[in-house]
Amino acid sequence: MSPAEMAVFHAIKGICRDCFTKWGYREVRTPTIEYLHLFTSAGTLTPTMLGKVYSFLDWDGWSGERVVLRPDGTIPVARLYTESMSGQGLARLFYAANMFTFETGEKDRERWQCGAELIGAGSAVADAELIALSAEIVSKLGLKGVELQLSHAGLIKALLAKLKVPSEEQHRLFDSILDGDAAVLAKVRREIPQLGEALLPLLSVKGQSVDFLSNQRALLLQTMPEIGSSLDDFLKTVAILDDLGIKYQINIASGAGREYYTGMIFQLFMGKEKIGGGGRYDALISSMGGGDVPASGFAVYLDRLIKLVKPNAVLPTATKRILVKGNVEEIFKVADALRRAGYIAELDLDGREAAYILEVKSATLLTLMDKAKSKKTDARSVEEIIKLLEAKGAV
Amino acid sequence: MPFKIALPKGRLLRKTAALLQRADWRLDEYHSNMGFYRPRSLKFPGLLIRVFHEKDIPIQIAMGNYDLGICGLDWIEELLVKYPSSNVIKVKDLLYGQNSLYTAAASKSIDFRHNGSTLRIASEYPNLAEAFALKNRLSRFSIFPVWGAAEAYPPENADMVLVAAQSHAEIVGYGLSPLSRVLDASTYLIANRNSWETRNLDNIVKSIFNALPEMSKSAGDKKEVVFPSAAVPASKIAEDTVRLALPDGHQQQQTIELLNRAGIKIEDYPSATGNRRPKIGIEGVVVKVIRPQDMPLQVANGNFDLAITGRDWLIDHLAQFPSSPVREMLDLKLRKVRLVAVVSQMLPVNNTADLQRFIAGRAEPFRVASEYVNIADKYARENHLGHYRVIPTWGATEAFLPEDADLLIENTETGRTIARHNLKIIETLFESTACLIGNKDSVKEKVKSGRIESIIKRFRSAVGDT
Repeated sequence: MSPAEMAVFHAIKGICRDCFTKWGYREVRTPTIEYLHLFTSAGTLTPTMLGKVYSFLDWDGWSGERVVLRPDGTIPVARLYTESMSGQGLARLFYAANMFTFETGEKDRERWQCGAELIGAGSAVADAELIALSAEIVSKLGLKGVELQLSHAGLIKALLAKLKVPSEEQHRLFDSILDGDAAVLAKVRREIPQLGEALLPLLSVKGQSVDFLSNQRALLLQTMPEIGSSLDDFLKTVAILDDLGIKYQINIASGAGREYYTGMIFQLFMGKEKIGGGGRYDALISSMGGGDVPASGFAVYLDRLIKLVKPNAVLPTATKRILVKGNVEEIFKVADALRRAGYIAELDLDGREAAYILEVKSATLLTLMDKAKSKKTDARSVEEIIKLLEAKGAV
Repeated sequence: MPFKIALPKGRLLRKTAALLQRADWRLDEYHSNMGFYRPRSLKFPGLLIRVFHEKDIPIQIAMGNYDLGICGLDWIEELLVKYPSSNVIKVKDLLYGQNSLYTAAASKSIDFRHNGSTLRIASEYPNLAEAFALKNRLSRFSIFPVWGAAEAYPPENADMVLVAAQSHAEIVGYGLSPLSRVLDASTYLIANRNSWETRNLDNIVKSIFNALPEMSKSAGDKKEVVFPSAAVPASKIAEDTVRLALPDGHQQQQTIELLNRAGIKIEDYPSATGNRRPKIGIEGVVVKVIRPQDMPLQVANGNFDLAITGRDWLIDHLAQFPSSPVREMLDLKLRKVRLVAVVSQMLPVNNTADLQRFIAGRAEPFRVASEYVNIADKYARENHLGHYRVIPTWGATEAFLPEDADLLIENTETGRTIARHNLKIIETLFESTACLIGNKDSVKEKVKSGRIESIIKRFRSAVGDT
């Protein structure tokens, strides 16, 4: 990334960090190189995703166990919680990190994301907190027209359980839906006509309010009583979003996400570009031996946001840059004083032009050149120069 | 540029030769496995033909070194499962040389999803083994890529194997229970994607198609077949037992002589029936016969306490895993070879300094082919060979120069084979002899470490090193 892109990158990261911090989240960092087995246990990453992971033998890998470049942000944070924070109850954690997955052609194989994990809370309020937090970030980034899509892993799993296929096959189907294969749900619809009446609207129509779900509820419960708890859970979250005035689309078939999701799944789209997403993963921590701890989280994708945000909307006002030249014995001292006063002070090495040039003839004779106004002002000390710059109204 | 085809040596040679004879290729020398790698065809005099180990052929096709190749589907899938975007096209099933890949274990009661402990899988097909493990959601596994004899590993040294066999019965013959059939393979004609799209290979391909026997074969049943389970108890080895690995193949005769000199009796080694567990005349010692290439890794991970292998393979292992606990315990002074860097006689290079100058002046990456991938990689790094690629090979490496590689890291006894292929040695890396290797950390148990000491002592006196 070029200096200009890095500035935007840091600005976006700064906005995320600021939002996370104000909501009470604390930053964590996990290793870039992790053991493969952390990601292979059933219920963590799908085989398709694992097929794109960078795995290799470490320099001491003679046991044949592989290590990977971190392909996912949530699993390592869940591991961190399990290993060193469990028993502390509720934890609000966030990270900014790079993820590695193989992509063909020119697509990025390293992607940065900022993510939050809310561990130890299982309520609909917790789900709503994450969605509201993501909405706040989107709004602070100045993005307009971001669409929120909602789905529910519990509903998808309950639907798949209705198929007369072995559980291995259900696993596979669930994986395909998570990997973004919408055709699979269409197949479900064809193959179990007895569910058709109730499912059809849920699968094909995109609802936009809690009423939509409530209307479907009675119909669904008739054919699938076991879907009740997932549906009620979903309804509660959606009702809170209505109260908060957050707009959304319910689209069960838009499952795309991680296999560890157990409840509500949400995705943020800008046009066709997915800029973030998350969901509830109540079984992940227990699968790592961390006890029965509910959790949910989300992340926004920095590499996509960089392309979408308007730099002016996120970049802080530029600090004034001053090029310092002249007497070598003095320029280091003068530049240091300027930096202390909050300016960027660059030493002149190649006789360039700049908006502000400070020529240091001696400690008591300095000339500030303002190129925009083609004006030269002499001063007797660096303090005088700083006053002059302040008068120009820019730090 | 002439058309190029890679033909297999080994198990597919005889049937491939018969097919090409029916196709009237009139090859001058493609009938034995003995060191001839450049046959010529009277039918296609311009066609460049090279003979490779079957396993090397998909890689050669993918790299674009050859337009066409003939090899088993198992090795094609081994490449494609890890690198799906490889430039390899499966042109046609040639319907001979059938085999299947099976997963097998000593016991049927193997628990795939067992959390916590690591499931060890030995295989000549590490990529397919990894794909199998991921697909079956094995939570924690390690893969031992082996050069051969994978079937000898369970139950002590691996929990599961992925092996090629003709039939279910062959697996049972190894004393293993087949768990599932993962792939049905036969011989395929394959092509490089670019060649297939841009070159006219019609005459060559047609001559092969026309020579195929007419028979309709149902499309290969690629679906994984899982066999019903029937529990077989696994045997256990006592804590204080010393596990010794002895080499298979052509090193057996010298090993036998060494054992004789050490006054150690051994039964059924080399074995006429393929027995890989010969009985040794020392109490508290069990023997298994595996590939010498695989021994350092197996000693490192604690599967064996002692092994007789070559220093070349130990050094290759240490180049890959510098902190490995494997050490040379004793030089057995057998089978002296040199590991050498070799180039074509046509190359204006006589030493490593020449080599660096030569590489600096060319745009394409420098290709180093070797059975010793880690030594080759280290050699290239330490000699600053710039933009280089290491091409792993499985024997017959001399055939790679000059067209398909620029430099070889090879072993040689006399240098004659190298000269016969118009190659020259530019550097000797080190001298290798057979040695006894062990694990510097593993032995805490007193009785066992005493036994190991006494074995080393007997070998030491046998090699006259006191």
